Amino acid sequence: MELKELYQEIILDHGKNPRNKGKCDKFNKDAKAHNPLCGDKVHIYLKLNKDKKVENLSFEGEGCAISLASASILTDVIKGKDFFTAKKITNEFLNVIKDEKIISTDTLNEDQKTSIMSLSGVKEFPMRVKCATMAWHTFISALEGDNKNE
Amino acid sequence: MDISFIKSQFPIFKNKINGKSLVYLDNANSSQKPTKVIERISNFYSKEFSNVGRSVHSLAVTATNRFEETRDLVKNYVNAKSREEIIFTKNATEAINLVASTYGEKFIDKGDEILITELEHHANYVPWHFIREKKGAVIQFAKFNDRGEVEIDEIKKLITNKTKLIGITHLSNVTGAILPIKKIADLAKSKNIPVLVDGCQAAPHLKIDMQELGCDFYAFSCHKMYGPTGVGVLYAKKEWLDKLPPYQGGGGMIEEVKKDKITFPGSPTKYEAGTLQTAEVVGFAESIRFMENIGIKNITKHEKEVMEYGLEKLKKNNSVKIIGDPKEKGSIISFTIKDIHPHDIATILDDDGVAIRAGHHCCQILHDKVGVAATARASLGIYNTKEDMDVLCEAIEKCKKIFEK
Repeated sequence: MELKELYQEIILDHGKNPRNKGKCDKFNKDAKAHNPLCGDKVHIYLKLNKDKKVENLSFEGEGCAISLASASILTDVIKGKDFFTAKKITNEFLNVIKDEKIISTDTLNEDQKTSIMSLSGVKEFPMRVKCATMAWHTFISALEGDNKNE
Repeated sequence: MDISFIKSQFPIFKNKINGKSLVYLDNANSSQKPTKVIERISNFYSKEFSNVGRSVHSLAVTATNRFEETRDLVKNYVNAKSREEIIFTKNATEAINLVASTYGEKFIDKGDEILITELEHHANYVPWHFIREKKGAVIQFAKFNDRGEVEIDEIKKLITNKTKLIGITHLSNVTGAILPIKKIADLAKSKNIPVLVDGCQAAPHLKIDMQELGCDFYAFSCHKMYGPTGVGVLYAKKEWLDKLPPYQGGGGMIEEVKKDKITFPGSPTKYEAGTLQTAEVVGFAESIRFMENIGIKNITKHEKEVMEYGLEKLKKNNSVKIIGDPKEKGSIISFTIKDIHPHDIATILDDDGVAIRAGHHCCQILHDKVGVAATARASLGIYNTKEDMDVLCEAIEKCKKIFEK
């Protein structure tokens, strides 16, 4: 496994300039996670509107390049998707990290697929898998969790 | 000293890591094992194994003798007054838990104070936290200064008439600071406060002499001393072992068992319940012989030389920030690199065969105070050389190149 496959330009870019960082406007769901082994933290904020669409999505967090890039890519590709599509993409991503599958959903454009696939390099680095998956698991917890205002 | 000969006694270095020669700089976490230790364990199982201290057949006698020989070697290694003061545990963590449970149970009450430091490994904080919860005791934290060391005056300031125990690391596993144990023990003695020392990072690298240090309890783990996993040692002054209750109950640690009454033998038997890590304890004898053959003073001197060489080189790199700058420093260098997370550093270094640790090193209190979630740590052993430090520095340059893209 080549190191450059783990630290691809897309990942380094998202790691250095994470998209959708901070608390998004009028979020009504959130969830956070912490990896006690390495100290990585992530907090996902999202607004699920009446049509069950993820209208807004953002994160706060600290951690390695992989964990920041993963959270950033997540917000980038999921924002605007409806509840079920968001879950489907997340599950597909988690499967990509587990085995060889590629992202097959037709709701993502080529750039988005490339971004997600750039994270798949971690499967060759077992100690770093959690860095890439933590934000996605946390996103599902937020999405399926109770509304803030209820 | 012929380091390449010493290194040749460690079979792990014959393997390639990611196609590269291994530069093992994770010794504060655990050290590698020489052939003699590995073979001793295998030979013991092949030729001498039996449970110890129970049966009267020939194998049991041999095994018991081998096991107890290690106790004598440890007694001499730490210069304890008697072999009864050496208790085998599964690791230093269990050794500290043993003291926290027994001493804490008997001598710590509501409102009493336990004085530890901000440098402590979780192993010398969490057991005291349990006593805090159980007994309503208070934990005081002696602060570390800008250099990452705890000064004697800071300890002096925090001692009150409620202080019931001082728990302190001998050598910080993050800043590398060597603490003035003798001075602290002298001070504590004048106030009748027992001192427990977490000696995990000191025992493999410094001369540890219980008569000179004067502490009441001293805990260390054998796997950091070129020895097997699963064995730790608690040194405790005999007067305490006579006073304290047993720790775990079970076979081997009893004198007489009746339906209405159980009596216990003296130390160390009282504290060694159940079958211990027999083969590992026997194997540990070879670790002590290995270290004594080199000479602990030679080990300290060599590691210090290599550490100082590496430290100077790292200090010249503007992107590298060293955590702590203690006057008395063991062979541990913790650092951060600007804009690169320690986990990314560790992964990139690993690609060059350089094994370091990244994380909070079980010292969250320290990392919170420094204001970082994690650091990278290079920690040395007897087999490390200045060339290893060169490889480390080159690999750090590679990290910077990858992230500069």
